[in-house]
Amino acid sequence: MSEHYVAPVSLYVKVFVALLIGTGLTVAASYFNFGVFNNFIAMTIAVIKASLVLFFFMDLRHSTRMTILTAAAGFFWLVLMLCMIMMDYWSRNAIVLPVPGK
Amino acid sequence: MASSPLVNRYGHEHGEPVDHREHRHPAHQFDTMEQQKESSTLGMWLFLVTEIMFFGGLFTAYLVYRTMYPAAFAAASSTLNVPLGALNTAVLICSSLTMAMAIRSAQVNRRGGILVFLLLTMALGSTFLVVKGFEYHDKFVEHHVPGPSFNFVLESSHEIAATRAQDPLYQRHAEIFFSLYFIMTGIHATHMIIGLGILAVLLFYSGRGKFDSEYYNPLEMTGLYWHFVDIVWIFLFPLLYLLGAHTH
Repeated sequence: MSEHYVAPVSLYVKVFVALLIGTGLTVAASYFNFGVFNNFIAMTIAVIKASLVLFFFMDLRHSTRMTILTAAAGFFWLVLMLCMIMMDYWSRNAIVLPVPGK
Repeated sequence: MASSPLVNRYGHEHGEPVDHREHRHPAHQFDTMEQQKESSTLGMWLFLVTEIMFFGGLFTAYLVYRTMYPAAFAAASSTLNVPLGALNTAVLICSSLTMAMAIRSAQVNRRGGILVFLLLTMALGSTFLVVKGFEYHDKFVEHHVPGPSFNFVLESSHEIAATRAQDPLYQRHAEIFFSLYFIMTGIHATHMIIGLGILAVLLFYSGRGKFDSEYYNPLEMTGLYWHFVDIVWIFLFPLLYLLGAHTH
C-alpha cells in the first residue's frame, strides 16, 4: 500500500500552512503573560507542529509498525530522561532532614 | 548489465543514465524493492533515535539550568532577535515543504521537479544559515558570546532587574544561557551544513537521472534527516527565543 501511495500536493501545502500558523501562534502567545502556562502553550504548539512534520512530511503514518515503534521508543526514552532528571533536581532541596540535638 | 564490474550495489552502472523503463532490482541482500526501502527507513530511524538522544542531552541541560536560574534565562533570552528567529522558522518549514515536494516529484517520475525542489531546499537551507550568521554577528558585537569578553548589560525598565544584572553571579547565569544557545544552535547549524552537503550529492545524482518512481531511497532518507533537523528547530525556537518576550 505504502509503495504506491503518493500524497497530493494540496496535503503538503495544508501541512505547510498549519506549521506557519503554529509558528505565528507561538510568537503571538509569547508576548502575553500567562504565568506558568506560557511554557505549556509554547510546548503544546511545538509538539503539535513536530507531530505534523513526523506524520505527514516524514510519512510516519505510512511507515511499518516496526519503524513507528522505533521512532516512538526514541521519544519515549527522551521523555524518560527529562522526567527522571527533573525529579531529582526539583526534589533535591524539598526534604529538610532533622538536625540531631536540636 | 548485471555481470559488469562497474555495476554498483543498487544495480545500475556508474556513469550511465539509467533507462527507467526497465525494472529496478534491489541490492543482492534484499528480496524486493519494498523490503529494501523498509530496511533503509528503519535504519535511518535508528540513526534519528541516536540524534534524539544527542539533542536530548542538550535539552535536558537546558531544562535543568533554566529551572535553576529562570530570571537570568528570561532576561538573556529577551536579547535574542525574535523576528529573525521567526523568519528562520518559516524558512525551515518552507524547506521541509520543498524537500517533501522533491520526493513527491520522484514518486511521480518528474525528474525536472526533483532538481528544482532540491535546489529550492538548498537555497532555503542556505538562507537559514545566512540569517543565523547575522544573528551570531550581533551576539559577538554585544559581547554576549561566553568567554573572557562576556558582558551582559540588561536594558530593562525594571529597576530591580537592572540592579540584579550587575550581580556577577547573575552574569554567570546569563552566560550559561548563551553557552547553551550557541551550542544548541551551533550543532543545529552543523546538521544543516551536513544536510546541504548531502543535498548537493543528491542533486548531482538526480542530474544523472538516478532517481525515479521505482527507486528514490536516498531522497527519502535525506528527507527524514532534513525534517528531523526542522523538528529540532521547532523546539529550539520557542525555548531559546520566546522565553522572555512577555517580560518586556
